Amino acid sequence: MAGRVVLVTGVSRDLARKFARAAAEHPGVERVIGVDVVPPRGDVGGMSFVRADIRNPVIAKVIAKEDVDTVVHMSVISTPGPNGGRATMKELNVIGTMQLLAACQKAPNLRRLVVKSTTTVYGASSRDPAMFTEEMEPRRQPRGGYAKDVAEIEGYVRGFARRRADVAVTLLRCANVIGPHVTSPIAQYLRMPVIPTVLGFDPRLQFLHEDDLLGALGHAVGAEQPGTYNIAGAGVLMLSQVVRRLQRPSLPLPGFAVGGLGNALRSVHVTEFSPELRAFLTFGRGVDTTRMRRDLGFEPRYSTAAALDDFATDLMPTGGRADRLLAGLESRLSSAAIERVEI
Amino acid sequence: MGDAEIIPIGTRGRPGRGTGQRPSAAARSLAPKAAARPEPKTPRVKKPVEMAPDPVEEPADPVDETLAPRAVAPVVANERPGIPVGDWLAALESAGKELWGDDWEPQLARLLAFLRRRLTGDYVVDEFGFDAELTQRFLFSALRPIAEKWFRIEVIGAENIPTEGGALVVSNHSGTLPMDALMTLVQVHDHAGRFLRPLGADLVFRMPFVSSMARKSGATLACNEDAERMLRGGELVGVWPEGFKGIGKPYSERYKLQRFGRGGFVSAALRTGVPIVPVSVVGAEEIYPLIGNMPSLARILGLPYLPITPFFPWLGPLGAVPLPSKWLIEFGEPIRTDDYDAGAADDPMLVFNVTDQVRETIQQTLYSLLMKRESVFGG
Repeated sequence: MAGRVVLVTGVSRDLARKFARAAAEHPGVERVIGVDVVPPRGDVGGMSFVRADIRNPVIAKVIAKEDVDTVVHMSVISTPGPNGGRATMKELNVIGTMQLLAACQKAPNLRRLVVKSTTTVYGASSRDPAMFTEEMEPRRQPRGGYAKDVAEIEGYVRGFARRRADVAVTLLRCANVIGPHVTSPIAQYLRMPVIPTVLGFDPRLQFLHEDDLLGALGHAVGAEQPGTYNIAGAGVLMLSQVVRRLQRPSLPLPGFAVGGLGNALRSVHVTEFSPELRAFLTFGRGVDTTRMRRDLGFEPRYSTAAALDDFATDLMPTGGRADRLLAGLESRLSSAAIERVEI
Repeated sequence: MGDAEIIPIGTRGRPGRGTGQRPSAAARSLAPKAAARPEPKTPRVKKPVEMAPDPVEEPADPVDETLAPRAVAPVVANERPGIPVGDWLAALESAGKELWGDDWEPQLARLLAFLRRRLTGDYVVDEFGFDAELTQRFLFSALRPIAEKWFRIEVIGAENIPTEGGALVVSNHSGTLPMDALMTLVQVHDHAGRFLRPLGADLVFRMPFVSSMARKSGATLACNEDAERMLRGGELVGVWPEGFKGIGKPYSERYKLQRFGRGGFVSAALRTGVPIVPVSVVGAEEIYPLIGNMPSLARILGLPYLPITPFFPWLGPLGAVPLPSKWLIEFGEPIRTDDYDAGAADDPMLVFNVTDQVRETIQQTLYSLLMKRESVFGG
């Protein structure tokens, strides 16, 4: 990565900012330029921030002027957020990516493009195979929302890869990112004091630790391995297992009620249950990470279970009474046994 | 010397099980000594402290030693409401002995450890969501009595189940509800010591409760991707290629094999080079004799069929009790697929031929098993 100039989009959000900061400290990187509409809050380190909207052609000028050779696109957002509705989100995701790719196409010195995508593109349904590999398509085409945005974005990225064969394009489909500092729909969901679940369903979940996300992005920038890769921690956990590990009580509700509850929670800004999240919490999803290990050569430090454990360290348990009771019983039993042995 | 007086047998004239503070008339007449005491509460707390050294002072007397701990426990309990921990432990001990005999303690400790592991989520499921511990401990324990006592299942040719490596177990399907699949799971586990991983229709994964149970007991969706993934992983995979056509066929067509799907299971076996083990199940046809169907209601509910049996829906939930037919399960000789060349799975004619071979084997075995079975419900 000798003397490289890296452009990172979406740096107002935590993960992108952290990645930009980490990249700036890398000895092979000369400059890191962070781009977003809103300035980042928090420590930006050696990153230089350029206030630019990727939805308009100014971004092309930034790329040309700074002589950018690596673009890391991280500004695909999964929720509309407080400032703007679904229309804004779609515009930011799809139009933003289109503009960015158009600018990239006109940049002769560009060598690498890394796009952070998500496993949400595979959807979640009862007809899904247990583990999605990279070449599998979703069983049902997404009709709207985040999943559709991502599917469209990936389409544009593939188109770009065809037109600019000299640019190594890496598409990382990341599983749900969790970690002590992550704010995402699934993280907020797991932070709820009582976790609503879909009655009669127990989805399989995979997690990616936030450090591993940054690691995977860094690895993709460094390695010359174009292609699409699923990125997830090893192993799967059932939602029932996750709830128990977090020591939280769960509240099983019929599917439609979970949707209603989600709407109610959105109105009070606690969390949001998008249709994709609801399907995910009903049917779950697993992605195959063979290619990540074999071709990309990346090995996450945290397994799914370890990522969850790290996520849980800051959480106050709100349940787990039955376990404490059993633990008490167990210790009593063993102490009674010791007493008897002494007698 | 004061020992005999202090041992508190009964309530010592205080109100016993009643809730009021005032002793009952009967209790009052029994309690002249208690009334004589100036403060009834303080001595009660003090007494055990006083008497505790007694057995230590008189270690020669064995009667005191045994009495003293018993005397202490109820008095201490007066300080706190509820049943004292000592009593719980004693009850636990006797229950443990009752259940597991003399080595009850390691057994109970193991059970507690198991329960805690379940409650804290500290167990492992594989990528398909299979929970071996739960399946073995609960599902199989619940199904085994049904298999042994209710259906009196006889297994023939269990040695044909490969003891290691991937293999595809192909069986006929019947009985309105997939009871035959569940019974085959238990029998494979008990006879070959392996878990059979069933492939289920997508309806299974769409239905609440059924879906979560299916994944935990090792099932996955019947699609080529999953079948090949499991077979490559060296699992014993079970398929019922007749699907709903087989399980939902009328009683009059019992033991007539339906079309074996599109032969997808054969191409999965060919692609992975694993042997196909044909299985014939006799007896499952009679558990819920399907004499009618409610197609329009089934369509509304999104089900492939809604059965009418002699007992369902007439007897409500009682109609879901299967008839105690006599079952025979025969595992046939494995059909090898590893000597076909690489492109065999893409040769439709070959796939059809192997499919027919498997189907014919199962059909013939069914006929011979039916001859062997003396009566439907006897034996």
